[in-house]
Amino acid sequence: MNVFKFLKRRGSAPIARERLQILLAHERRANSQPDLLSILRDEIMAVVAKHISLEADKIQVRMERGAPVSTLAVDIEIPNQFELLVAGAA
Amino acid sequence: MAKVLVVTSGKGGVGKTTSTAALGAALAQAGEKVVVVDFDVGLRNLDLVLGAERRVVFDLINVVQGVAKLPQALIRDKRLETLWLLPASQTRDKDALTEEGVAKVIAELREKFDWIICDSPAGIERGAILAMRHADEAVIVTNPEVSSVRDSDRIIGMLDAKTVRAEKGEGIKKHLLITRYDAARASRGEMLSIDDVLEILTTPLLGIIPESEEVLRASNVGSPVTLSNRLSAPARAYTDAARRLKGEEISVSIPSSKMRLFDKLFGRRAA
Repeated sequence: MNVFKFLKRRGSAPIARERLQILLAHERRANSQPDLLSILRDEIMAVVAKHISLEADKIQVRMERGAPVSTLAVDIEIPNQFELLVAGAA
Repeated sequence: MAKVLVVTSGKGGVGKTTSTAALGAALAQAGEKVVVVDFDVGLRNLDLVLGAERRVVFDLINVVQGVAKLPQALIRDKRLETLWLLPASQTRDKDALTEEGVAKVIAELREKFDWIICDSPAGIERGAILAMRHADEAVIVTNPEVSSVRDSDRIIGMLDAKTVRAEKGEGIKKHLLITRYDAARASRGEMLSIDDVLEILTTPLLGIIPESEEVLRASNVGSPVTLSNRLSAPARAYTDAARRLKGEEISVSIPSSKMRLFDKLFGRRAA
């Protein structure tokens, strides 16, 4: 019976290997993502802060992955009387 | 010149502490002056694996906090003159380790030793990052098993991002150490093969430690496996790995399964 079992059953290692290859390809991409977002966040913030004074926690940058295209959403909270806060207005 | 080596893995229980002890002992047996440093604050075990658990007086945190001087905390191995241990503390206060404190201790150790081998805690938190922070080279301990390989991949990414050498753009030299390898199971396709693991992690191979009862026996008696039974398969594999760390070129032989066709057909495994 062992003879047939040996002939019939292939080990599970190839499955492990394939699952890992797919998973790690995805995770490596995902792990490099936060860096890109924080770079974008810092640079966008620097540009906006040239004109309006901002607090660091009032800006949010999100990347949404979609089927045909992905979107980058930037939310910046600006105080209502922002004219008063124009950087270097004095 | 002193070399700082971190033994790391991400996943727990794959053999970091065993490998730190065995590689440290093998290098010391080759005449190198070695210190093994336990970074697993709160869960120290390197002292136990080395059979020095009753000799711990001061520890890494005492040195970092200035309670003790470095020479007071270093424990010399009773069998190997050139092997020393800097134990971790059993206190639960992990935050006692500071970046600056660790930098200072490592700098001091660099003046006294040829090899500083840092045994990393499991995980990817602060403790693991502090252990790898000042490393020149890294040994990534991996079992041929999916969760271990995945965590190794993650740790490799961190070595390339969070170490001082990586930040300076110098890069850190990485070595893969595959432990608990069962040649018979790999040959039957039941376990990831060496080639599978190397292809997935694309990191140079330092050695393959076969699954062996000698490893447990060594930790039972508190002796690195390269000392307790130096002719055993895992001891020879660790000794060869240590020689490769020193820069010797020795080809890695993949342990072969001792199964003969007859056994294979009838599902028997050789001892």
